Amino acid sequence: MTAQLMTGGEVVAHAMAQIDPDVVPVYPITPQTPIIQHFAKLVADGRAATEIVNVESEHSAMSAAIGSALAGARTITATSSQGLALMAEVVYIAAAMRAPVVVAVGNRALSGPINIHCDHSDSMLVRDSGVIQLFAENVQEAYDAMLLAVRLAERSDVLLPVFVCQDGFTITHSAEPVELLDDETVRAFIGDYTLPMPLLDVERPTSKGPFAMPDYYFELRHQQVQAMACALPAIDELGWELARLTGRPFSAIEPYRLDDAERAFICLGSTAGLVKDVVDELRDAGERFGLLRICSFRPFPEAAVADALAGVSEAIVLDRAEAPGARAPLYADVAASLFGADLELRGHVYGLGGRELHPDDVHEIAEGRCGLYVGLRGASWPA
Amino acid sequence: MPAELPGWQELPLAGTVVPGLAERPRTGSYRTGVRPAVTDALCVDCLLCWIYCPDSAVILDGTSFAGIDLEHCKGCEICAEVCPTGAIEMVAE
Repeated sequence: MTAQLMTGGEVVAHAMAQIDPDVVPVYPITPQTPIIQHFAKLVADGRAATEIVNVESEHSAMSAAIGSALAGARTITATSSQGLALMAEVVYIAAAMRAPVVVAVGNRALSGPINIHCDHSDSMLVRDSGVIQLFAENVQEAYDAMLLAVRLAERSDVLLPVFVCQDGFTITHSAEPVELLDDETVRAFIGDYTLPMPLLDVERPTSKGPFAMPDYYFELRHQQVQAMACALPAIDELGWELARLTGRPFSAIEPYRLDDAERAFICLGSTAGLVKDVVDELRDAGERFGLLRICSFRPFPEAAVADALAGVSEAIVLDRAEAPGARAPLYADVAASLFGADLELRGHVYGLGGRELHPDDVHEIAEGRCGLYVGLRGASWPA
Repeated sequence: MPAELPGWQELPLAGTVVPGLAERPRTGSYRTGVRPAVTDALCVDCLLCWIYCPDSAVILDGTSFAGIDLEHCKGCEICAEVCPTGAIEMVAE
């Protein structure tokens, strides 16, 4: 394989063309727009036979995606920030109706104040919606995750929407060298797909999305909980299968220099690239630091996180989303995973609205010289 | 909840309704208090009541009017309103 220089938007569009989904209902929004823009060009150039549906909003995009997916068509859409917020009502319904829609997300801060740059508040808005959320570290992993997402969404024991989250601008608009599989290899990997009980099967008609009263609602919600439980080992199984083609591992977590680490950072997404460099510098200075990157935020790999951090004396969680009135979301999940473990745990919120996190910031965090809010101007309470 | 209702693993995926699965639902129990009464001799089988009924509660025998399905009729009075011959009138339950 030879490396090519591509942005996250371009590479996800390329993956989509190789997947050649039947239907892509989509509405543009920064920083997702390059994805659909490049994909529309690939379709116009005959590289995919997809029906692109230019809908009037993201609410409509996901509504159309549900109809398409439950008809039995392979369906992908893409969104960011306010688009995901507008889509949120229907995201819950997609998960509840078990529509295996793949969604490429360019993570961007939610308004307000209005902002176009990266943080993870949009993903956190649908944290409990029942969709799978995979966070890519870089352009290459955004490509790999798109391919894996199709297989994951369509597994008969999963059948859930899968969000492939890439940091807005940092990944969507930044060019990096990437290795691409050839079209035949991708098509062999994703294979054919038949949805159980599709709406278009007129010989065996079905009705989807029934009203559920107190006597059935709880049980139907629980089916989603079980599907998430099945998704967790499936990510690693499919990751191994994909790794045989790409040579690159893909797993629910990525431990970096953790084996003999005394202290560990935990984070999502592209920040991991920076933290890995800082870990290397700290190691060079004799500090036994490591990193645990969470690739699958939902399902949250609770047992694997606890296991990976079993040997450390301090865990430092870096959240790129705020939860006013409560602890930040990644911190809360890591704390729950480590409950009862004998280690120090602290968390920092950083990078909101696209504010850069610099290596010096991470060094300050490592040295305990940084407050709860990284780089925040003015005093914070509590400190 | 009654223990005899099915558990989550026995329910079809996402509650998908397949033929024969749903118990025939009887939704006429919350009718408005009036129901259509039909004078068969006046009916000309125009089927306007069948076209307009929002609950598919008009029963046909081929292309002939064959009665009202009171398990589903809500008493909305549309059939009585659209009947051109006055064959349908609403009466108290």
